[in-house]
Parts: sequence; structure tokens; C-alpha cells
Amino acid sequence: MRRLALALALVVLPAEADDRRSGFDVMGPDTQAMQQDDTANPGILWVRDGEALWTRADGGKSCAACHGAVESMRGAAARYPVFDGAPLSLEQRINRCRTTHQGATPLAYESQELLALTAVVAHQSRGLPITPDADPHLGAVRAEGERLFRQRQGQLDLACSQCHDDNAGKRLAGNLIPQGHPTGYPVYRLEWQGMGSLQRRLRNCQGAVRAEPYAYGSAELVALEAYLMARAGGMPLETPAVRP
Amino acid sequence: MPRTLINVPQSVPRGTVFEIKTLVSHPMETGFRPDESGRLRPRDIIHTFVCTYNGEEVFRAELFPAIAANPFLSFTAVATESGELAFHWTDDHGAIHTETARITVT
Amino acid sequence: MTEPTRRSLLAAGAALLLVRPAHATPQAMAEAIRAFAEGAAKAQPGRVRLDLPALVENGNSAPLTVAVDSPMTPDTFVRRIAVFNEKNPQPNVAVFHLTPRSGRAVVSTRMRLADSQTIVAVAELSDGTFWSARAEVIVTLAACLEGG
Repeated sequence: MRRLALALALVVLPAEADDRRSGFDVMGPDTQAMQQDDTANPGILWVRDGEALWTRADGGKSCAACHGAVESMRGAAARYPVFDGAPLSLEQRINRCRTTHQGATPLAYESQELLALTAVVAHQSRGLPITPDADPHLGAVRAEGERLFRQRQGQLDLACSQCHDDNAGKRLAGNLIPQGHPTGYPVYRLEWQGMGSLQRRLRNCQGAVRAEPYAYGSAELVALEAYLMARAGGMPLETPAVRP
Repeated sequence: MPRTLINVPQSVPRGTVFEIKTLVSHPMETGFRPDESGRLRPRDIIHTFVCTYNGEEVFRAELFPAIAANPFLSFTAVATESGELAFHWTDDHGAIHTETARITVT
Repeated sequence: MTEPTRRSLLAAGAALLLVRPAHATPQAMAEAIRAFAEGAAKAQPGRVRLDLPALVENGNSAPLTVAVDSPMTPDTFVRRIAVFNEKNPQPNVAVFHLTPRSGRAVVSTRMRLADSQTIVAVAELSDGTFWSARAEVIVTLAACLEGG
């Protein structure tokens, strides 16, 4: 009995000690309300667009022709990035599907179509915990992502970790520095007045420290995504999140 | 073709006031924002929104560039009889986008 | 904003609303209120509730609700509600036209705020009276803007 209690304590303890916070928890009540009401969250416009694109035959085939209803994607986005010959972000997976199975052209990063498709796929995992994929190839990818996260860069000579690990919860100008967990991508950012991917956000941060942003789809950005999703492992997905 | 989200209760008791919420995808380009080359992007906004209930206007909004992108509006109407709510958004190009929703009054 | 600070230059680099060739002033707002209706300039404070967050996280989108305390019957109702600002490029925000069939005079939307400022709502009632409310909003400046 005591052993069982101990085992339970070990299971429960990390959860109790978890001081990770989604950006949702530190934003204002009005922005929280905007995210939580599906009739007021503008990100749902992209989800609806994605539902229409899911069944549209691009090239010879639609997504639905292979996968069936988009609900079959439940849980999928919570595992990404994955490894399939190479590290693969959700955007890259969709484009690989397009080129190899649909006979369609790849969609550009941040195009409204790709944002709509990633939004509808990730939306199926809303509320599910982020579950980093168990593929052993991803270990090295995440380690590289963590190295990049801790590497100083740009004219301001700042690493991601200096803001989002060391100083999270403090203020930078009028903003609270979030811990930087990618729990709701693609997100509707008020600053963007639209939807954007995690890679857009990462490039945005690089611009802020006056660094040359990594290219969309680059190994560096996918490695950072893989590290950040593992760092947020267990936290629920919120797509489409709203952020200031 | 803009995407819209419309929230109207399906069924409402006669005589009660119900809430209508609408969201439409639109950049609401102000005309005051420069593009990458420094030139001002031309103004492109939805300037008029009208809601009719069985053909009769119940709410109208004139919108200006100060309205946020992807305009959201919520307002109310009295449930008089079952029928159709129609929503019309008109932009600077003169394009009118229309959506409808059915309502049952009990 | 008399001379450019480092922060305003950073914001300008982001090509957001903070870059403005001109902006409204309290005078321009007063003129816009007169243009809305002659009687609006002499609107009495009261009967109108204007809700905006006191602290706005991002000036690109601030929720706004305006409600007028009035019956909505064919005899007495709120005809129009107009919202004005004093520091965006233009003083007008929106004009809402209501009817007795609106049932209640409550409207919500989201507005842009180029800066911390006063927002004014004016309601025109069917009896020809005008009522108004003001709200002060503070827009926090973002630290890391895209392209900044």
C-alpha cells in the first residue's frame, strides 16, 4: 500500500511542481475571452477555410480522399514535428502530402491556404496534451533545437532562453515576457491582425534581437519547433489561440 | 470571397430579445499604412453592414478605418416571427457579401 | 510624441498604425461630433455606458461595448449611436443605426487605437435628445514588434 502511495506521489509530483504557463494565462481577460468564444475568435475563420480546403481536390485528390473526415486528424498536430526521412513540421507534412500524394504544388509558408490547413488540423487536437513523438531520430533534432534556443544571436546578443527561461514573467516595455510555449499555433495575433505560424513567430523574435532570421522551413526552425514542443510536452493545445 | 461566422440562436420565444454576433474576414486596410516600399497601401475597408429580418432592416453600421481587421459586431433584435435574417457587408470596391440564417420563433 | 524617441522609431519601423501622416485631434473629434448631428455637440453626459479595457494590450484590436439606457418601443427608442476618437488618423470609429426592432441598444465591436486617448460615444434618441459617455484608454507599447 505504501509502495503504491509512493508510486502515485511520484506520478503526481511533477504535475504539482509544473510551473509552466501558457501565454494564455498571462494575457488580459479580454484577449482570453476572445480566444475562448468560438463565435468571436477570428482564428476560427481560418479553421472554417481549412475545413473547405480539406475536401477540395487539389491536383487530383483532396486531403479527405485519403484521410476521410478531418476529425481523423485528432491528436496528429500534438505530436509534430515528426521524423520521416528528415525532421518534418506540420507545414512540411502537408506540403509533402500535396506533392507526393495529391499531385499538387506545395503551399508557401504563411499563405492563407497553408495557415488554414494547419489551423484545421491542429484544431482537431484542441484540448489534447502536446505529446512529443517517440521516434529516436528526434532526440538529436531536439538537442540541436535546445542548443539554438540557448545560443546568443543578433546585434542585441540575446538567446531565446535569456528572455523566455531566465526572465519570463518580468516585463519588457509594456509586455509580460511569456515562457514561450507554442501551445496554440497557428495563432491569431492582434499585432499581425491575422493568423501566423510558429516559424513566423520565431523569425519575429529573431528580428527583435536584430538577428538574421532563419529561412522558413530551414533545419534550424524545425529543430527549434521540435525542442519547444518537447519543452511544452503535456500542456494542452489551444489552436486557434489568440495572442496580443 | 470573405469567410464569415454568424451566431444566431436557432429558436427563440416570441417577443424576446436575442443576440446576433457576426465576424467577417477582411483586412480593413486603413489607407494610412505604408507598404514595404514606403508607399501608402490604398484604403480597403468594409464601410457598411446591414442586418435585415424578413426583409426589414433591424440594424445598420457605418464602419471607419478605426474598426479592427476581421470586423466583429454584436447587436440584438426582437423575435417577432420565424423567418430569415440576412447580413450584408459592403466594401470599398462596392462588393456586397451576403449571408443568411434561419430563425424559428416559438 | 513631440520628438521621436527610440521607442517610437522602433514602432515606426514596424509600419503599424503608429506611422501616421496626420492624426485626429480633440478639435477634429469635436467637429466630427458636430458633423454627426448639430445637437450631438451639446449631448448631456449620461444614459450611455461605454466599456473599453482601461489597459489595452494591443492597439490593433480593443473590444468596445456601448449600451444606452432607453426603452426600444416605436414611441421611444435609440436611433443612432456614434463612436469617436481623438488620436487615430480619423476621428470617426462607427455609427450604429438602431430601430425599435433592435430590442436593446447594446452594440459591441473591436476598434484600433493608435495611442492612449479618450473615446466618446454619443446616442441620438427618437425624442431628439443626445446623450454621451467617455472612456479613457491606455495602450501599452509592445516591446518586440515584427520587423522592429
